[in-house]
Order: sequence, then structure tokens, then C-alpha cells
Amino acid sequence: MSLGRILPLAGFAVLVALFGFGIWWNTDHATNYVPSPLVGKAAPAFDLPRLQQPEQRVAKSDLLGHAYLLNVFASWCFACGEEHPVLMAHRGSLGVPLIGYNYKDVPDDARAWLARHGNPYSEVIVDRSGRTAIDFGIYGAPETFLVDAGGIIRYKHIGPLTPDIIADELMPAIAAARGAR
Amino acid sequence: MIPELGQFALILALLLALAQGVLPLVGAWRGNSRLMAVARPAVAGQAVFVLLAFVILAWAFLTHDFSVAYVAQNSNLQLPWYYCITAVWGAHEGSMLLWVSILNVWMLALAIFGGRLPPSFAARVLGVLGLVSVGFLLFILLTSDPFGRLLPAPPDGVDLNPVLQDPGMAFHPPVLYMGYVGFSVAFAFAVAALLEGRVDETWVRWARPWTNVAWGFLSLGIVAGSWWAYDELGWGGWWFWDPVENASFMPWLAGAALIHAQAVTEKRGTLRAWTMLLSIFAFSLSLLGTFLVRSGVLTSVHAFASDPRRGVFILLYLVLVVGGSLLLYAIRAPKVASGRPFAAISRETALLVANLLLTAACAMVLLGTLYPLLGEALHFGRISVGPPYFGSLFIALMAPLVLLLPAGPFLRWGRGDPRLVLGMLARCAVAAVIITVAFVLVMQAFDWRSVLGCIAAAWIICGVVAYALKRWRDTPAGRRYPAEMLGMLLAHAGVAVFIAGAMLTTSLSVQRDVRMATGEHQHIGRYDFRFDGVHRDEGPNWVAEQGTVTVFRDGEKLTVLHPQKRTYPRGQVQTEAAVDAGVFRDLYVALGKPLGADGSVDGAWSLRVYVKPFVRWIWGGGVLIMLGAFCAAADRRLRRVPSTAGEPLAAAGDGAPPQQLSPEAGT
Repeated sequence: MSLGRILPLAGFAVLVALFGFGIWWNTDHATNYVPSPLVGKAAPAFDLPRLQQPEQRVAKSDLLGHAYLLNVFASWCFACGEEHPVLMAHRGSLGVPLIGYNYKDVPDDARAWLARHGNPYSEVIVDRSGRTAIDFGIYGAPETFLVDAGGIIRYKHIGPLTPDIIADELMPAIAAARGAR
Repeated sequence: MIPELGQFALILALLLALAQGVLPLVGAWRGNSRLMAVARPAVAGQAVFVLLAFVILAWAFLTHDFSVAYVAQNSNLQLPWYYCITAVWGAHEGSMLLWVSILNVWMLALAIFGGRLPPSFAARVLGVLGLVSVGFLLFILLTSDPFGRLLPAPPDGVDLNPVLQDPGMAFHPPVLYMGYVGFSVAFAFAVAALLEGRVDETWVRWARPWTNVAWGFLSLGIVAGSWWAYDELGWGGWWFWDPVENASFMPWLAGAALIHAQAVTEKRGTLRAWTMLLSIFAFSLSLLGTFLVRSGVLTSVHAFASDPRRGVFILLYLVLVVGGSLLLYAIRAPKVASGRPFAAISRETALLVANLLLTAACAMVLLGTLYPLLGEALHFGRISVGPPYFGSLFIALMAPLVLLLPAGPFLRWGRGDPRLVLGMLARCAVAAVIITVAFVLVMQAFDWRSVLGCIAAAWIICGVVAYALKRWRDTPAGRRYPAEMLGMLLAHAGVAVFIAGAMLTTSLSVQRDVRMATGEHQHIGRYDFRFDGVHRDEGPNWVAEQGTVTVFRDGEKLTVLHPQKRTYPRGQVQTEAAVDAGVFRDLYVALGKPLGADGSVDGAWSLRVYVKPFVRWIWGGGVLIMLGAFCAAADRRLRRVPSTAGEPLAAAGDGAPPQQLSPEAGT
């Protein structure tokens, strides 16, 4: 039996191992609640330009001192369009600033997208290359991080926020993060 | 009572599938023609019961039987009857039932039209498909029962996701599944050939029409999905590189490689092992797509509700089907260096290169889709990939293919004449440059993407036309364009039309997000859009605010568009864009939200107005590719009675001896 004949089988075995891991991981970890090893750890340092004034930059240290939500979005992201009305409806009642994290996007497209749909964010920062997103462990958009006053990530949600998730998961996490000050 | 009958029908179908999966294979192994003869009646019986279950589920939807949990979750009393039928495949359980129903349609077609295959081979093919069916029926019965009861029954159901309440959704999943599941036939042919030791090229000829038809359906299914997304999602995009889309695109790429590899194997006897492997891959990727979408291993924002039990089941199933067939391949595969050697300049070399590029593109999409999972497994965190990764790599991999495509047909099997090919290509290149320069000057389209798209499309079209002309000159009438060649020309022209559409739309589209008060105008190019206000409209299960936009071109009234913003009973809001479709451009208007001070209906609104040149060409190209695949499948040469059935076979390994055509097999 030559190597060439076994190679496909071996490749498939690697895939199966990967999928087995995927199922185990998703069963063991409540997928949307603690998917990130970063929860409970300090948010990675970042220093990114603002969307509306690209010459100004926002660094992690600028935001220390109060809790905030970081919402990853992009104009190419279909699910962000689903999430957007929810953000528009809840931005006032969250009790913490909502900061947009514009991910791998053309800034003109992002500005047009926000102009078209409305801007729920008090501040939007731009990660055009996606380099900082790697530090955050961002897989895609939308994702949402809750960072507390000390710069520690307290909660992460993958996928669009829904009214149920905001009420059941996000609001308690925000209350806990604010209470921990 | 009736839903229980549906479940009972599925159980009976499972038993028949077991009989179909075991007895004919044993019969073919033992040379027992009675056991082999079980295959066809078992197929017919299984199809009757599976389709019965399908009809019963549709009936439960039509009669609003909310005591069935699946019906209660995916429909309600206001849902119009036609969406009640499409709601059958609106969620997981029903999709799986659709999958297995379509598998039965394919098996039925094989049982009816496969009468010319040698009986032992036909028995093995149907046996393998029976085993595939057993797995899916077990999956439905154990983890995804569509007939589960909800007692006491609620007075009204929830709703079908409004995004799915669209004619495109009636059409897209069944056609897509026809393609997906159709690759199971090529797979079963390959496995049967391995089991039988018939690893020469005869089985490939028999498999070719089936593979072409499946691939044609898959092309149409992907086109329908893309068109639906464009129409329904309301922002004018047509492809998103989303895991669900990738799941359908990977088998398409593998299938494209497969039908080209089959041509080489059938005509030249080479690439046997590769063709066999691709037959297994194409179906494996279809299963993999099902796994990725249904198991939730990818925490995709689009993945359906994850259920680890389902994931484990599908993974086991994948191990058995894919692992089993690859193991069989490892034991029985033909020697890699079989058949005649390749000349550097020949059609088979060109097809081999095309195969490698298509396979590489498929691997690239697979890697990108699995990357987040890979990152998590190797503990370097979830790495993000998105349209930027897929778009740039895909274009990079497809560019050499486009360059090569016109040359392929001009190269002869065995040994091509480089002078003839280069001469032809030089003429094509000159023609393509002239067309592009003319187009760029007329359209004033100087963007690099439109230039590149135009030159690539013109290059392919010139190659297709040049080859058609050459055939016209060199070949006597009646033999000029056999169906197989016509199919090839159509599909290649389809690739050109698609490239032109994709690149020109991307570069020339104009998009405006505007605030418009009643009576206000908006000019885009030669088009003038006038907003004539909004009034209320009502459908069977929605109320809508419907805008009226009158479009003028050069001062003349062209059309009136009615974009809607619909509200469904449970408060979901759905944008229905209005599209004036044309061969050279689409006018696309979507309604945003009221901007008037009091939010009143007659105030100003935000509107999204697009002019999208050549966007229809994207789907037109896909439809041409589908027609080409169907046309090639109709070639009579591929349906000739196999004369090799009684001849000694180049058997490798200890397969059963080849069977004579037995009297009861018929033709």
C-alpha cells in the first residue's frame, strides 16, 4: 500500500479529530457565554483611529475608569444588520457607553452604513487590518465584549445581541461589572 | 393520528433501506442474482414510504395541525398555503426529510434508468445508496423527528421566519439538495467500482451523465440562493462567503474538478485514482456541509441551533461513510501511474492543471471555513477570516484558470500542436483587448476591476467562439457539435458571463443612501428617481408601508417601483426591495425609515437607491453553466449499452468476478 493511497484517509482522520474537538468544546463550554479564554482577564491593549476623525486615536488607557461595551461590526456583515435595530433600541438603557469596533471594513462603507441605519455608538474605533482583533480573539462580526472600569473583560457574546440575551445575560453582567467597582 | 403514520412510514422506509443496503451487496459478493434483484423493489418501496412521510408533514402544515411541534414552531394560521408547503423545509427537521426524499428521487431514477448497467454493478450502486439512506433515516428518527407532538396543542403557531417567506425560498433548497445529494450517485458508482474491482475507466463513463446532472442542479441551486439573498436581504449583495454558502460552494468546486477529471479518465484511461478520489470528495464535502451547518461546531452567526447529540451522530456517520470509502480506496485503488503517459502540451495536461486549481480553491474555502475551529483547537485563539481572505485568494487561484481556459479545447488529446494553439490564442488575445478597449471607452469605466473583468470575459468568449468556428470549418455537418461539446461550450461561455457580471457589478454599481421627501428627485447617471410618497398596503399575513418611486431616463418615464417595509404578526420587520431588472442594469430601491419630524407616513423617508450594471449576468452565467452541464449529460455516446460488461476486467484485488448480463436484468 503506497503512501499516496493512505494520504486521503490520514487527512480525513485529522479533520475528524478537529470536529470531535469542536463538539467536545461546544458541549463543555456554553458556547455564547464563556467562549473566550479572555473573559476574566485584562482586555488586550489597543490603539486605534476613530471612524469619524481618523487623525485621532483611542487607546485602551483612554477608556479606563468606567465600564463600556465594545460591539464588533462591519458594513459587510449581514448579521450586524439584524442586530442593529436591537442596539438602536437598547443603547439608552444599557447604563454603559456602547463603543463600536469597526472590523476589517472600508471606513467610507462603515460611515455610509451608520448614516443609513443610524449610529447607536457613542464612539467608533477602526481596525481595518484586523490585527488588533486577533488579540481580542474576534472570530467575526458581530461580537460584543463587556469591559469593566479596570479594563478586565467581564462578558463576551458571539453573534447578534437579541432582546432576550440583553435582558438575561448582558444586563446582569453589566450590573455585576458596575457593582465591582 | 396522521402524524404518527408519518413516523411509521419513516420506520418502514428505514427497514427497506436496510434491506436495500445489505442484501444486494451480499448478493453481488456471492454472485446470487436473487439477492441482487432485491435492490430495485426495495428502492421503490422505500421511495413510497419516504415520500408518504413528506406528504404527511406537508399536510400537517396545510391543515395547521399545531399539535405537531415542528408545525407549531414554523407556521401559523395567517401563513398563506404556498408558504405552508415551503415551511416543510424551513427548519432543521424538515430539511433533513427533504434531504432523504431527494435521495430517494435519485435512487428511483437510478433504478429506472440504470437498467443498462451490469446487474452486479447496479446492485452494488443501489446497495451503497441504501446504506447512505439508512444513516440519514436513522438520524431523522433518533435526533430530528419532524413528527414530535406538542400536547396540549397551542391555538396558534409561531411563524416561519419572514426572511424565508419569499418565492426564492420555495425553489432554492430543493434544487440545491438535488445537487448535493446527486453527488451521492457518483460516490456510489466509485465505491461500487472499488468493491467490484472494476477500477478501469468503464464505470466512469456510466457515472458521467449522473455527475453532470447533479452538478447542473447544484449550480442552479447556488444561483437561486444568491438571487434570493440579493432580493430579500435588502442591501444588494449577492455573495457573502458565509459558512452556509461555503458549504454549498465546496462541493461545487470539487464537482467541477470531478467532471473534468472524468472526461480525462473516460477518454484517455488516465487519472483513474484521482477521479475515484474526487467522486468520494464531492459527496464527502456535501455531507461535511450538512455537518458544519447542522452540528454547530462552527459558532457561526448563521449556524442553526446547535445540538451536540446531532453533532456526534453526524460525525459518526461521516466517519463511517467517508472514512469507510477512503479505507476502501486505500486498499483497492488503481495504481496511480496507470494509463497512458501525459505529454506536456496536451488536453489532459490542461485538464489536470485545471483540476489542481479547482481543488486548491476548494481546499482554500475549506481552510477558511474551518479556521476559527482550528485556531481554537491549537490554542492560538479564534483567528478571523472574512470576505477579504476569500475574495483575494479566490481571485488569485482562478486567474490562471481563466488564462488557461480558452486553450483547453484547442489542445488535442495525447499531444497538442503548440503552434496551432498559440496562433489561436494570439488572435483571441488581440480580439479580447480590442473589445475591452472599446467597452472601457464607451462605458467610461476605467476602474481596474471592470477592465480586468471585461478582458477576462472577452478572452474566454473569444476562445469559445473561435473553437466553435473551427469545428464548423473542420468537421462535416452533423458531427460538428455533439451534445457533450455543446455543453462544454455553453458552460465555458457561462463562466465568461459570470466573470463579466461579478467584476462589472462590483466596480460600476452606484449606491446612494438618501433622504427624500415626497416629490423630490435623485439623479444617478442617466436615471432620475422621483419619490412619490408612502401608503399602507396589506398582504395575507403582513402589513406594509409601500413607497412609490417613479424612474425616468433622459426625461422619459421608465418604470414605477414599489419598495416595501413589511411587518409580520410577531413584529418582525422585513424589507422588500423593489427591483427593475434589465439585461444591462438593475434599478434597486429599498425603503429605509420615516425621517419626518413626527414620523408620519407622508413625511420624508430614507431610501437606498442602487443602479447595478450587469448584475443579472452573474446569475445568467450560472444558468448557462447549468444548461451546459445538462446538455453534456444528454450526450448519447454516454448512454450506449456498455459493451465491456462481458469482457474480462482489469480487476485489482479480489473483487467478485464480472457478471454476464443476466436474462432478468433486461435493458
